[in-house]
Amino acid sequence: MLKLSGKSVYKGVVLGPVTVFRPQDQLVKRTKIEDPQSEILRLQEAVVHAQEQLKKLYDKAVKEVGEASAAIFEVHQMMLEDEDYLDAIHNMIQTELVNAEYAAAVTGDNFSQMFADMDDDYMKARAADVKDISNRLIRNLQGNADNGLDSDEPSIIVADDLSPSETVQMDKEKILGFVTIHGSTNSHTAILARMMNIPALIGVPMNLDELHNGMLAVVDGFSGEVVFEPDDQLRQAAHEKMKQEQEKLHLLQNLKDKENVTLDGRSIKIYANIGSVGDVGYVLENDAGGIGLFRSEFLYLGRNDFPSEEEQFQAYKQVAQMMGGKKVIIRTLDIGADKQADYFNLGREENPALGYRAIRICLKQPEIFKTQLRALLRAAAFGNISVMYPMITSTEEVTAIYDIVKEVQKELDENETPYKLPEQGVMIETPAAVMISDELAEMVDFFSIGTNDLTQYTLAIDRQNEKLDDFYKPHHKAILRMIQMVTDNAHKHGKWAGICGELGADTDLTEEFLRMGLDELSVAPSMVLKVRKAVRETDLSK
Amino acid sequence: MKEFNYEIKDEQGIHARPAGLLVKEAKKFTSALTITKNGQTKKLTQLMMVMSLGVKKGEVVTIQADGEDEEAAIEALKAFFEQNL
Repeated sequence: MLKLSGKSVYKGVVLGPVTVFRPQDQLVKRTKIEDPQSEILRLQEAVVHAQEQLKKLYDKAVKEVGEASAAIFEVHQMMLEDEDYLDAIHNMIQTELVNAEYAAAVTGDNFSQMFADMDDDYMKARAADVKDISNRLIRNLQGNADNGLDSDEPSIIVADDLSPSETVQMDKEKILGFVTIHGSTNSHTAILARMMNIPALIGVPMNLDELHNGMLAVVDGFSGEVVFEPDDQLRQAAHEKMKQEQEKLHLLQNLKDKENVTLDGRSIKIYANIGSVGDVGYVLENDAGGIGLFRSEFLYLGRNDFPSEEEQFQAYKQVAQMMGGKKVIIRTLDIGADKQADYFNLGREENPALGYRAIRICLKQPEIFKTQLRALLRAAAFGNISVMYPMITSTEEVTAIYDIVKEVQKELDENETPYKLPEQGVMIETPAAVMISDELAEMVDFFSIGTNDLTQYTLAIDRQNEKLDDFYKPHHKAILRMIQMVTDNAHKHGKWAGICGELGADTDLTEEFLRMGLDELSVAPSMVLKVRKAVRETDLSK
Repeated sequence: MKEFNYEIKDEQGIHARPAGLLVKEAKKFTSALTITKNGQTKKLTQLMMVMSLGVKKGEVVTIQADGEDEEAAIEALKAFFEQNL
């Protein structure tokens, strides 16, 4: 039995087998070898194995996402047959007497650099593919299966840290909980855990080498403890707690179809935050009044190339149709150096939170933005879609966005493509936007306050830096006053204001938000009924 | 030696997937097969090299075949380009 504690980001209890997740980009050590022939034989076995894996992935992808999206795995198979690539690895093993892992890593870097240097965006993106096949070979050579996530049994994911592009690739049906060594309470792993209603612990000082797949563990999000190889008594206790949790959830279910109204009759909209089409199920299950934040960047993560207009259009349309006329607020691409896909070629930044991200990328690379806008405007014809723009700091940015939207409308008109101009709003997540919210309110249809970023920018605290978690005070007066100011400015101009950050789900503040006059709170689907309960127990006349 | 010129009509040019299929087709023959664009020549059996030419719509490539089955190879490749590119 091994008992460790960390910081809980979602309360809940689970007992299940562990899957140890190892990152894609692994450190490859250079070692000197004696027998190049046997090393080449290892390489050949790894290639054959990789071909089999890719064939399986291709078949799986055809079934799940269709042939067009699956084609990438066919291309990977073809690349793995490339003679220059394989010869380069062979030669390196033979002439430099190095291990196959190292030869594959260096060759992969060289070939991917060749593509990265081309002046053609499509070919540039192929650099990620070459890296991908090289990493696959390295994993096979090291005897690690496909991240270990191919197992059919749901499990608790144990990892050093998880990037958004790693979590997005996971089959959510197969995740029982998360336990990570690093990460902060505001990281995307935490957001995902809240979305899925599963216990998650961060900052747990584990030694991953001591853990192995299939080991049993109990994760307790209430005490912040994880126990590997628990004894019978602990297992029994975990079962008992899981049962109690289930019962509590059942009680909340009684609040379905009930209104979000206080005892004295003030009502508020409670919407849900989602990251993919697959999450709509959670929204409907929890009876949210709409979708207050659809994080569209998840369509861009965990893949090797930009999603096409058609692919995005289908995703947005599907969400709007599944929501059957209820409001769906889609946030345009919010990507940056801390949350990126290789094919964006964003590079590393000293200060990603203050860097080239979100609307800044969209305004600098309008082709990327226009593809998304076309998909959004087309989808808006099929449901109640609103669009909101992230990371706004000035009125000029809004003017520039509207100019691009007009260009897109003109193009759609010329091609006689059906579309609708949706309601357009902005995220208020920088102190600058708060200060000019009176002017912004004249230009837009609504405000949605992104409290996570607003708090990080106002308190000068890096969300990803776990050392600062103690200083991160989401209830800080400065933040609450800002929310009041933004709400008042929206109302002065007849517009509405909501919150789509984690703070919206904080039931300690529900009463205060109601008093401030907020029109909407958008929270993780698992929090919708809890916030509804808090609203219904509030009496503002007291 | 046999050769032909071809102007690419496909919107995306010779991108990854058709390049892969092209290499597959080329490997069926014993003749030495090459593709040339702007004076740059690559063997048709080298997938990543063919991709690295970055051939786009409207550009002209020259395909050459040299060997015993050059005639059959040229015919097959002509058909391939017309059908796929």
